[in-house]
Amino acid sequence: MSDFFSSVADYYNYLIYIVLMVIGLYAIIAKKNLVKKIVGMNIFQTAIILFYVSIGAKRGATIPIIEHGHGEAVHGAGSQAIKAAEYINPLPHVLMLTAIVVAVATLGVALALAIRVYNRYETLEEDEILAQLREK
Amino acid sequence: MIWELDLVILSLVVVAAVGAIAIKDLLGSAILFGAYSFMMCLLWAIMGAVDVAFTEASVGAGVSTVFFVAAVFRTTRRSKD
Repeated sequence: MSDFFSSVADYYNYLIYIVLMVIGLYAIIAKKNLVKKIVGMNIFQTAIILFYVSIGAKRGATIPIIEHGHGEAVHGAGSQAIKAAEYINPLPHVLMLTAIVVAVATLGVALALAIRVYNRYETLEEDEILAQLREK
Repeated sequence: MIWELDLVILSLVVVAAVGAIAIKDLLGSAILFGAYSFMMCLLWAIMGAVDVAFTEASVGAGVSTVFFVAAVFRTTRRSKD
């Protein structure tokens, strides 16, 4: 049982990521307002980004900039080897940088479509839009 | 990574996310989503992803909130759920 609690304490970032993902999924599926659905989609995307950045994090490591990696010491005889355990893994960060930009692009397209839908049906509620569609 | 700060900000993130989808006012939802994005930005800075934190602060918390507020002003503030 104490094993269970210590593993929960080690991986609480991942638990919160699952909670955020479920909140986003709930908003996408259950909410009827289109803007609420878009907010849910963004929360879902940020949860995935939290998962990836949590993969790269290490205990006792610093940000991925090599110490004494510039200046005279680099070319001298005393240039020391780089220990990977001392630096946070930067690969997930770079991937998620792209994901954030893509998230904003999808947000812009989604909101533009929502504005078009509002101009045509005068409402943002999904059930009212469906009712208007059925009348025609 | 400072785990006390991490836990506090993680709980604030969950509170902001629940608030953003539970509130009935769409402008309030947009503002709470901005707060959520900024908490996420602090989280990246704590986890050592400084470049991601920069991008999230400018693009996620800045541009996204402006988009949401603009969309709410061009449509309606009311929401049934």
